[in-house]
Amino acid sequence: MAYITLPEEDLLPGIRGLMAFSPETSKPLNALAQVLLHDTDNTLSPGEREMIATFVSSENDCMFCKSVHGAATRCYLEDDGTIVNQVMYNFQEAAISDKMKALLSIAQSVQKGGKHVKTGQIEKAREEGATDKEIHDTVLIAAAFCMFNRYVDGLGTWAPDNPAAYLPRGIKIKEEGYANYDPMKTIVR
Amino acid sequence: MPHIPLPEHLPGITGLLEYSQDTAQPIRELTQFLLRGENTLSAGERELIATIVSHNNECKFCTSAHTAAADLLLGESKTCKIIKQDIDKAEISEKMKALLKIAKMVQKSGKSVTKEAIELAKNNGATDLEIHDTVLIAGLFCLYNRYVDGLASVTPADPGFYEYLGERIVNHGYNRLPQGYDHLKNK
Repeated sequence: MAYITLPEEDLLPGIRGLMAFSPETSKPLNALAQVLLHDTDNTLSPGEREMIATFVSSENDCMFCKSVHGAATRCYLEDDGTIVNQVMYNFQEAAISDKMKALLSIAQSVQKGGKHVKTGQIEKAREEGATDKEIHDTVLIAAAFCMFNRYVDGLGTWAPDNPAAYLPRGIKIKEEGYANYDPMKTIVR
Repeated sequence: MPHIPLPEHLPGITGLLEYSQDTAQPIRELTQFLLRGENTLSAGERELIATIVSHNNECKFCTSAHTAAADLLLGESKTCKIIKQDIDKAEISEKMKALLKIAKMVQKSGKSVTKEAIELAKNNGATDLEIHDTVLIAGLFCLYNRYVDGLASVTPADPGFYEYLGERIVNHGYNRLPQGYDHLKNK
């Protein structure tokens, strides 16, 4: 049970119940997720950006967010879960580009705290071909998930245990994005 | 020096929000609603939440800016000073003390928030919405603090800068200034 009374809580785990509780804040939150993760006007693919979101959520130990964004990453990358698991448990050994490894290292530092990001990490990302905008977006995605993860866990929402339960949402994210997400419309009775 | 090239006349968060206006728009909208929208917590009380989270994240820019805004809104500077040391010693309501304690837990991590801390807030009259907003404001400042320091944006040393910024936040809120920020060049 969440710490506050949420509408249709049993049917709306994680951030969904919070978005139903507070539609006014859910609108800009979804708009932010849309620009950061889904919009195609970006040299990082949506799959790469979802990977950063998944990794930071995993570092924050947020079951709901890591599972949802892990499912989205899997859809984009057509991954059976192997790559996503490698990223969460040891990204340096994962089957991803060296640029992504450098960006994930920056995201890992952001998760700990802004000041943890060192100039050497930024230089390494540049050496691997990362642009200013890609570095910017990596930091902001990591920071944004430090918010989303705290929102979801700080209010004590529940999360399904079974990883398979998240896969349909991953498909929906790939197909529809975030901007028009309305949790109440996802309820199937 | 910032890790990426940012407008030199806009230190701290403002340069970042101008650098990336498409992501800035929803962040600004969320902040304006949470900190300035209609709410049973006063704008000053909500700035205290922003201040304590920024302080605990050791983000000097955000702490100074939101301390200045809270001081202006509360009409005194004692409360901000005291809550950074010991929430219980501040002359604020028991409800506010309980909410600030929740915000401090959120700063550490979502899972750090205890049932007891929530119960304490509820027993002192906090509503579900007030608890929700406290957690989301605290979460939002975990975003801001990491954004500002993670890209090493400039933190001005001059205290006068934050007095000006505090006034801007109090008078104009968090939406982008309609005229933009070019008038701050050569200042």
